[in-house]
Amino acid sequence: MTDFSIRAVGDSAVTVEFGTGIDPAVNAKVHALRSLLSEEGVPGITDMIPTFCSLLICYDPGVIRFGEICGKIRRVAEGNLASAAAPSRTFLISVCYGGDYGEDLPYVAEHAGISEREVIRRHSAPDYLIYMLGFLPGFSYLGGMDPVLETPRLSQPRQLIPAGSVGIGGSQTGLYPLDSPGGWRLIGRSPVRPYDPRRKEPILYRAGDKIRFVPIDEREYRKIEAAVKAGSYECPYLEGGKRR
Amino acid sequence: MSMEILTPGLLSTIQDFGRFGYQASGFAPTGAADSLSMKKANALVGNDPGEAVIEMMLLGVTARFNTPCVIALTGADMMPKVNGGEVENGAAIRIARGDVLELSGTRDGMGCYLAVSGGFDLPLVMGSRSTGLRFGVGGFNGRKIMRGDVLKLRAPVPDLPDLPRRRLTTLPVFGKHVVLRTVPGPQDYMFSESELEGFFSHPYSVTNATDRMGIRLEGEPIVPKKSSDIISDGTAFGAIQVPTGGQPIILMADRQTTGGYAKIATVITADLPRAAQMRPGCTVRFMPVTVDEAQDILAIENKAFEEEYRLLNGVYPSGS
Repeated sequence: MTDFSIRAVGDSAVTVEFGTGIDPAVNAKVHALRSLLSEEGVPGITDMIPTFCSLLICYDPGVIRFGEICGKIRRVAEGNLASAAAPSRTFLISVCYGGDYGEDLPYVAEHAGISEREVIRRHSAPDYLIYMLGFLPGFSYLGGMDPVLETPRLSQPRQLIPAGSVGIGGSQTGLYPLDSPGGWRLIGRSPVRPYDPRRKEPILYRAGDKIRFVPIDEREYRKIEAAVKAGSYECPYLEGGKRR
Repeated sequence: MSMEILTPGLLSTIQDFGRFGYQASGFAPTGAADSLSMKKANALVGNDPGEAVIEMMLLGVTARFNTPCVIALTGADMMPKVNGGEVENGAAIRIARGDVLELSGTRDGMGCYLAVSGGFDLPLVMGSRSTGLRFGVGGFNGRKIMRGDVLKLRAPVPDLPDLPRRRLTTLPVFGKHVVLRTVPGPQDYMFSESELEGFFSHPYSVTNATDRMGIRLEGEPIVPKKSSDIISDGTAFGAIQVPTGGQPIILMADRQTTGGYAKIATVITADLPRAAQMRPGCTVRFMPVTVDEAQDILAIENKAFEEEYRLLNGVYPSGS
């Protein structure tokens, strides 16, 4: 039995809350409920937004009313959400660290009191959980960065950060899916595009998947960049221990 | 079969009901700010209610039609003229090849909606023709309409039966003082009883910092019990966010999909069109209703629109 609460968000959405902390176990329940509800194909549900510890469910009250949708959600959420966890994939995102690709790498190293090489080693070691996507298409909120790498944001955000930039902002890390202003410290850049409207699945990954950063050199960067431009690059990922 | 934009107005974009199913990936749904006016414009020209239209904020376009068609304008009155002669809002207008439509600024309301019989010949991107301005997707090349743009028409109809009869029974008056009904929550528990009472009794004024993302209000600050920060959660159309500082923001069609501030209440769907038409300087008061009341109100309004649509077009398209 899972603890959760359902709250009305106006007349066309409800939020299901599983806790009030950033915790992989809580987040897993959010994604499990989302996949169970999509599998069941509840008529009237128009969209779902999974976040750290809650799931926003948008619905058409002309098809399903508030009381009915709450009953439906309760029946599904009271089941065993743990066993419903969707299989998670780990995307291998190639990153060229430092130099022109990550101009703040020296600052991050100095702030942490370690070498640049050690920053790269620690940043590319974990599998980061994608708790949620938001802010911009494909912008991932990742959990699991080594606390040694925590670096305060820039006091004055940059006007333009190129798509693919990998940065650190406070205790968070991630990559920019689009050219955008931003205040994160840039340590590298990936030629991989998490968001590409030309792809069948415009967004590479889903919330609940994981990301591992793989250090590459400039030559490899150019090679992948060319393949991405040509539309022939397929980002490798691990699923069930196998590389796909 | 096209219309050419001679002057683009301030913020003119292609919009329909919006792009759904992609919010989990961070795509704002976008879509018409005032979807009721969009539906009515489409009804007048015989389109499906959710056909893509041009939404024009505060100042309209001037455009030349290179093909005969039927158009309609709804929402804010932009004092429309065709070839210099006044034409009516909220009514079907027959357009001949070469006609020039000229719109002015609006004095009441924010947005005017232009529907063309047969719709615009623009691709569906992820199920919608709406313009996602922040990420350059959909609509006309993913951006607002500019001078010189040529918008192709999909299947323009030169004439419609009973054309003079194709008019709305009433034209909207948006006014300077608006009351919006809201369902309290989802984070109303973060505010004390007296702060909630204050929110539902003080007037707020619409500031200039208002756009398709949100309506920024100014008035008596609303102070949360502790802080206004929450762990980011999903946002709904009409949710009223209260950031630190206590000045509320109504989240609109181009809102970010997630947000980290407490949301004190959510505007009911039936009142969103009136919220979207509030212009800077308007005052707004909020009134609490229950979810069930809000859903009853919406059902009545939807039925009224369906009846109006049937009167104009005979049948109401299923799935609309």
